[in-house]
Amino acid sequence: MEWQSPTLGRAEVNELRRRASLRHSLMEREAVLGWILVIPALALLLLFIAYPFVYGIWLSLTDSQGGNLGRFVGLINFIGLWKDSIFRQTVVNSFTYTIITLIFKIAIGMVMALLLNRSAVVRNVLRAALLLPWIVPTVLGALAWFMLFDSTFSPLSWTMIRLGLVKENVAFLGNPHLAMGCLILVNVWRGVPFFGISLLAALQAVPADLYEAATVDGASSWQQFRNITVPMVEPVLVVVVLLSMIWTFSDFQLIYVLTQGGPADSTHVFATLAYQVGLGAAQMGVGAAISVTMFPVLAIFAALLLWWLRRQEI
Amino acid sequence: MYESVTNRILRYWIPIALLSVFLLFPFYWMTVISVKPNPELFNLKLDPYFVIHPTLEHYRYLLTRTSFLRWTLNTTLVAFASTFLSLFASIPAGYALARLRFPGAGLVGTSIFLTYLVPPTLLFIPLAVIVNRFGLANSYWALILTYPTFLIPFATWLLTAYFRTIPKELEECAVIDGSSRLGAMCRIMLPLAAPGVVSAGIFSFTLSWNEFLYALIFMSSTVMKTVPVGTINELIKGDVTFWGSLMGAGLLGSVPVAVMIFFFADYYVQGLTAGAVKG
Repeated sequence: MEWQSPTLGRAEVNELRRRASLRHSLMEREAVLGWILVIPALALLLLFIAYPFVYGIWLSLTDSQGGNLGRFVGLINFIGLWKDSIFRQTVVNSFTYTIITLIFKIAIGMVMALLLNRSAVVRNVLRAALLLPWIVPTVLGALAWFMLFDSTFSPLSWTMIRLGLVKENVAFLGNPHLAMGCLILVNVWRGVPFFGISLLAALQAVPADLYEAATVDGASSWQQFRNITVPMVEPVLVVVVLLSMIWTFSDFQLIYVLTQGGPADSTHVFATLAYQVGLGAAQMGVGAAISVTMFPVLAIFAALLLWWLRRQEI
Repeated sequence: MYESVTNRILRYWIPIALLSVFLLFPFYWMTVISVKPNPELFNLKLDPYFVIHPTLEHYRYLLTRTSFLRWTLNTTLVAFASTFLSLFASIPAGYALARLRFPGAGLVGTSIFLTYLVPPTLLFIPLAVIVNRFGLANSYWALILTYPTFLIPFATWLLTAYFRTIPKELEECAVIDGSSRLGAMCRIMLPLAAPGVVSAGIFSFTLSWNEFLYALIFMSSTVMKTVPVGTINELIKGDVTFWGSLMGAGLLGSVPVAVMIFFFADYYVQGLTAGAVKG
């Protein structure tokens, strides 16, 4: 016996039912619901990542300057860059900066993780504090170093003079090699907590009985590190390394605050040079070309990361 | 295995102390300089590591004579708005990628993950042109709409991993009991995923608070700047650098994220390693 509406006729009720069940089944169908749910995220990413990405490639092929959108000029910007000694120095700097900082971040980060893993008390007290260099705004952390490297007020100079290591204040950021060394130091300072805390999380997931068994079998601590710790943290380590390489290779903030690419354009990386040329000098075509040059390298890092994560899933 | 006391000091406490000094000394330095009166600072014979007569003069200058408070307001507003926008987009996307089978799901998931790897420095020049063309330059919308480009990929990645850890059966029970798919997501899955949502929210907030490049490029007028950009661009002034208020700004600008980490360190670390550990 079917329910009858006192006010609506049978046809109207059926129509309402039909509509309700259509809406219901559409929302219940995974194919439709799935797409509806990802559309807000996709729309924003398409508009502000995919579109500027394609547009950036186009800009790099034009002579766009100032407010004018420019004409297509083919690869002239890239050829010009290749002949430019500042750009070539920038390429060298970007790789040096990425690789040297990476070595230190892995080594110090691993030490930090092993130290914090040994005592729960120390870990709880220090974990949040030691994360500070990583989580505070990069440019504000860099400000402290900006003063620590200052040619007049540096306490490092003060200490070295008192220790008799140098005669007068050191111009840390005034000499190309020293300035690069300073940038590397500050990048390591900022990146170590990321390595340390991520590796610590991985270490804590290693079952303790592996070490107990190894100790019973007479393995030395180096053997335990080499044959238990390293393989167990490897999945996390590779991800952290690749992420760090992507971020360091494309870094901007530390260099912008500490040297602005100076002295005499000797410490530029891709991003700071692109900023100086593309927005400072308003040569958008050339600036975009500098950014685009980063892309193949970043794509290789990203592909490796994707490949690694896929492999872990299997 | 018992270590002798000396051995333990040498192999444990000294390395820990060195590491802590290396990582924390810059913050100590900012604190000292921010309360050091100028005569002490400029007397280069004095020991620079300490302060004799601390003063709050630099903070007073920072809060009353510069736009620092306005920058704080701008940053807070932008950080909250972009965090909410990102969560609004990431929660459904994360749920769909973790639970629903739809054509192209794999491709969508991979694309969103890849955008996580696209650094802002790759896009900023074309984006500056686009933001100008949309008439967004120098408005909050420029940042509220562009920050989600680096927040959504991460938040979605994290939430997808989190939704996957919740047993499917819980949701299936709700659907059998007559709930719709969407209802089950909101009433069953979302509360269970709360820790994941908190992680994603904290991450998004700190990343927005700390963002520098887009704010540097899109916000040109002094009153629209964020804390990191205003501090770097307006407080470092040629030859006469106001070290005290500069260091004070560095510290105050770091306080919100530092407080968050002290309260939510576990969530933060979970977020830091979610992708890495879960794969």
